[in-house]
Amino acid sequence: MAERLNVAVIDYDAGNTLSVTRALEKVGARVDLTSDPERVGGADVVVLPGVGAFGDCMKKLRERGMDVACGEAFRSGKPFLGVCVALQVIFDDSEESPGAEGLGLLPGSVRRFEAGDLKVPHMGWNELRLVREHPVLDGLDGEDFYFVHSYYPEPAEAADLLGETEYGVRFCAVAGRENLVAVQFHPEKSSRAGLRLYENFLSWSRTL
Amino acid sequence: MRIIPCLDVDGGRVVKGTNFKNLRDAGDPVELAALYDREGADEIVFYDITASHERRETASALARAAAEEVFVPYTIGGGVRTADDMRAMLRAGADKVSVNSAAVRDPGLIDAGAERFGAQCVVLSVDVKRKEEGPGWEVYLNGGRLNTGMDAIGWLVEGERRGAGEFVLNSMDADGTESGYDLDLISSVAEKTSVPIVASGGAGGPEHMISAVRAGAGAVLAASIFHFGEYSIAQVKEEMERSGIPVRRTEAEVQSG
Repeated sequence: MAERLNVAVIDYDAGNTLSVTRALEKVGARVDLTSDPERVGGADVVVLPGVGAFGDCMKKLRERGMDVACGEAFRSGKPFLGVCVALQVIFDDSEESPGAEGLGLLPGSVRRFEAGDLKVPHMGWNELRLVREHPVLDGLDGEDFYFVHSYYPEPAEAADLLGETEYGVRFCAVAGRENLVAVQFHPEKSSRAGLRLYENFLSWSRTL
Repeated sequence: MRIIPCLDVDGGRVVKGTNFKNLRDAGDPVELAALYDREGADEIVFYDITASHERRETASALARAAAEEVFVPYTIGGGVRTADDMRAMLRAGADKVSVNSAAVRDPGLIDAGAERFGAQCVVLSVDVKRKEEGPGWEVYLNGGRLNTGMDAIGWLVEGERRGAGEFVLNSMDADGTESGYDLDLISSVAEKTSVPIVASGGAGGPEHMISAVRAGAGAVLAASIFHFGEYSIAQVKEEMERSGIPVRRTEAEVQSG
């Protein structure tokens, strides 16, 4: 059994922190659910969950100094996983909240779905297609994951796009660079495939 | 197409019964839901039917316990009277909250929930029965004991306008018969509204679920046929796939098929 990693799950009043925490614990992590930026600095691994609107999420992160803590964690090379709206706020800006500045960890903007006759928010199980191999996505090409969202990011750099899903349009479902990976779907609500992703993330974190 | 096992929970125990032999405790809702998750359920619905004024506490305790072992989306119903009650369930780990009688008494609850948490969290559940005279269905409250005389279709149209993100249609005529969902009800609601419909009441086997989808349902709810092991979720999905209805494939199905 490998050493247990200390995982800081950033608590900023987002709805799904409990589910994310429980899923990480299920696959063997020791989780510190925290709203203290210093504890984020002291953890082995950082997970940023998220539910809600881009601008609201950024406001809550900023109020707690977590925007700075996230940037430092990324730049210091710490393994970093973003979930749901966290995939959006790691980019520069969003059509959802004009004027609101994102974390800007990756270059790109967030767009609203133009899904034709399909319903928005996109909600339900859809298939993930890998664009490039990544240890966090090992064994997950073609698996179904659970999505709830109305927006998706468009990475400015093609190399940052790791996985796609189709819902009216093909959109970025996973993005990442170096020590950062973020997913639009909810692994903590995606049954075995989702737990596998958290497990992969912890294994990969041990190698960084 | 989603398959949703439904667990009625009274005082922390599943009622309607189960006969799973491989569970330590067949009456534990979280253990049963975790088993359904592993078998390929796309979502789970828990209805807390505890007859007590503390029902909000028992329902949110259930939501919290489920977060430990259930890794598919789940809905909590029962004990929800206000938008703050909804918040308590969502904070405890539920993905959606189902409202029924409380929404009839205070329709503004739907608007408040949709505005604060998003329409996708607000499930409007209705217990309906065919009118004794003339066409249509009426809405019943308090677990089907009280006829409001309200037209069901009219109420659902209003519910959509107020922001409900999903309907659960419980047919009291069909419930417990295992002779099929009320397909007229499903198609009538599908014609007048555009939110996803979850068919409930009357499931006796996969063929009923296939008919419900063809009538316009986006998901099917069932209790007894799963609890008593008459059909597994994998079996239902296989039958559906054979009929050309797309389902989420899971490892369990790959192994068995």
